[in-house]
Amino acid sequence: MAEITPLPVARLSPPIRPEFERTTPPVSDAAEIERPLSLWEHLANMEGVRRGAIVVALMVAWQVYAIWLSNPLMFPTLTDTLRALWDGLIHGVLLQRIGATLQVLMTGYAIGIALAAMLTTFAVSSRLGADLLATLTAMFNPLPAIALLPLALLWFGLGIPSLVFVIVHSVLWAVALNTLTGFLGVSETQRLAGQNYGLRGVRYVALILIPAAFPSILSGLKIGWAFAWRTLIAAELVFGVSSRSGGLGWFLFEKRNQLETDQVFAGLTCVIIIGLLVEGLIFRTIEARTIRRWGMSRG
Amino acid sequence: MNAAAMHPKDQTYPPSQTRPLLEVSGVTLQYKTRDLLVTATRDVSFEVYPADRFVLLGPSGCGKSTLLKGVAGFLKPVAGFMRLNGQMIDGAGPDRMMVFQDFDQLMPWKTVLENVMFPILVSRRFPRAEARARAMASITKVKLGKFADAYPHMLSGGMKQRVAIARAMAMEPAILLMDEPFAALDALTRRQMQDELLQLWDDTRFTVLFVTHSIEEAIVVGSRILVLSPHPGQVKAELNAHQYGHDHQGGSDFMALSQKINTMLFAEGHHG
Repeated sequence: MAEITPLPVARLSPPIRPEFERTTPPVSDAAEIERPLSLWEHLANMEGVRRGAIVVALMVAWQVYAIWLSNPLMFPTLTDTLRALWDGLIHGVLLQRIGATLQVLMTGYAIGIALAAMLTTFAVSSRLGADLLATLTAMFNPLPAIALLPLALLWFGLGIPSLVFVIVHSVLWAVALNTLTGFLGVSETQRLAGQNYGLRGVRYVALILIPAAFPSILSGLKIGWAFAWRTLIAAELVFGVSSRSGGLGWFLFEKRNQLETDQVFAGLTCVIIIGLLVEGLIFRTIEARTIRRWGMSRG
Repeated sequence: MNAAAMHPKDQTYPPSQTRPLLEVSGVTLQYKTRDLLVTATRDVSFEVYPADRFVLLGPSGCGKSTLLKGVAGFLKPVAGFMRLNGQMIDGAGPDRMMVFQDFDQLMPWKTVLENVMFPILVSRRFPRAEARARAMASITKVKLGKFADAYPHMLSGGMKQRVAIARAMAMEPAILLMDEPFAALDALTRRQMQDELLQLWDDTRFTVLFVTHSIEEAIVVGSRILVLSPHPGQVKAELNAHQYGHDHQGGSDFMALSQKINTMLFAEGHHG
């Protein structure tokens, strides 16, 4: 080998290193690569467990504070509230009230969605429709449904039609706006693929646009539901009674007037629980079966 | 491939025996952007014969994708006509299945099997049981049998493109349209997909109209290459490439053809 005079170190940047090849040795111990998580890690990974723990902590705090305060008129204990809730559900009118509220809610929700479907179909099929929907949503979406209540009273009188009217208003714009946004966001490739199969008109909307826009549609339905639920309870508080069939909001109002605070708390608990059930059970199930399974949403 | 490679390079076989499958004659295509009317192609004519692997090649802006969209029926020509099997092309239809470049051409709400079955079912080409069998056969052919029940988001880019190809082939279209189907893939996967496409072609001898901006891909995949110039797209040349495959890459003939096309595209005016 001929002698090579080494280059000055400063010029050897990057340095020239020897090459090598190796055969990777088989990994004998499989546990090094993956190991099952411990029970504790499994539990900590479940969102339900984590959130349940928070609820339990809040309940304990409530009970402790209420006992310390010892003023059932202002702040009843958790146990008193649960007892009132149980009594109300088994012997009292609470179940009836919930039924009345949910019936009005479902009616309004269904009408709202049907109208939203009509408006968005019109909007995707013509430019005039799109302009109409954009203008109407821009005008009415920021208008709180409850602000329409006086007008509803004037038009429909005291009773269920007025309630349905304000719910339709609170559902319609949120759902229509989200559905239209979803339709407009469907990728060009998916549209072309649908047309490539020879799909036209209603079949095209039903088989391509609606599933492709489903994440937006679902979030519209969720927002619509939340608006409707809040609006309805508030509206019932103001004028929920028609003959004897008031809803949950009316129940709250009634019990406050009678200073049965534990019943008021029981009613509020119902409002929260129903809200949680719809969000946590119905919408979550739909989400898990659709957009999360399809990889359109994470979380 | 090998059969084609046996044909001597300079010998041509006049197409008088067979009628062209696709005739494109004097086609000018225009599309509108927000504030411009763009002429994508001007007076383009070519003929595609059954079992052709016909490549539209050109730099970006030569209207090759627009031309493919015209054949697919998404776009109407402002001049000229396009005929498939003697029938004027009027609107999109499942006899011209398209494979797009984007991975999101698959319906994310359907499994691989459902995706492949979907066009067969909506076009009512075959009853459900047969659609299923055909879809399954097609999926097996692109080596995705194990993934039939997976959703598209679980697949890699190359696998998604394979599903799109399986979906198009299961329909047995008169002509398969491919719009830069491998452009979004990494180089290794792209090469593998090109080979697989050629193998599929060897099996069934389908007709494919293939758009690409890669000269190498055009020579490897194509049996005939239509070279287009940019702004607006006009026909520069029609060349034979049936004698070349991946094995010839780096060979002197291959390099010469590649160089020839390169000069054609980039000689005057330095594009790109």
